[in-house]
Amino acid sequence: MTVRVQRGDFDIGAELAALSDGDTGIGGVCSFTGLVRDLHPQAGEGPGTVRALTLEHYPGMTERQLEAIEAEAKARWPLSACLIIHRYGRMEPGERIVLVACASAHREAAFDACRFIMDWLKTKAPFWKLEETAVEGTRWVDARHSDQNAADRWSDLSR
Amino acid sequence: MLKLLYFAWLRTKIGIAEERVTVPEGVTDVAGLIDWLRGRGGGYAEALANLDVVKVAVNQEYVPFTHPVTGGDEVALFPPVTGG
Repeated sequence: MTVRVQRGDFDIGAELAALSDGDTGIGGVCSFTGLVRDLHPQAGEGPGTVRALTLEHYPGMTERQLEAIEAEAKARWPLSACLIIHRYGRMEPGERIVLVACASAHREAAFDACRFIMDWLKTKAPFWKLEETAVEGTRWVDARHSDQNAADRWSDLSR
Repeated sequence: MLKLLYFAWLRTKIGIAEERVTVPEGVTDVAGLIDWLRGRGGGYAEALANLDVVKVAVNQEYVPFTHPVTGGDEVALFPPVTGG
């Protein structure tokens, strides 16, 4: 079980290979990679609108929150291994922001835990996005109700 | 003495990322602290005008506005998070 908060990029292939290395009881690894995109559909803005993102975070609390989310996933599903990497600092469209990977004997646990971690991360991990846009200059990204709804969904499920 | 931290647009509106403050005796919880900070006016009043978009952590854990604050606490005020 690993949490890393870092400025630099990560190698998805190497990370996923390392996650299951040496554990032949693992039947599947499910991963999610979040990327910086150059458009902003909520604001009705198309490709090329967003020139860069700067991720600010709360050092210390960020790690604690991610570790708590990972622990919750481990309590809910039989995970053999789990990885959360989240970057901070300035990134341009196409760059990787976040990697979540869950390994388990069975795919259901890996799929569900991966989605759960992303949904909770979006509403609990103290990160904030500042966008650099072509027309408006810089602006802070607003939280979305749909993200809160996605996170709340997991509260209703029996473990 | 409290250590206060501000993030994202709360930080830019208030104009600083961090400060140490000694609050009056009557300030015993987060709500009281926010009222006192608003009383400083300027960027504080503007940043804390709408508490629907202000989250609070005391000693790096999310807490409600009714949570007590005492000397030595680290209190962070920030907008709803937007990572991932």
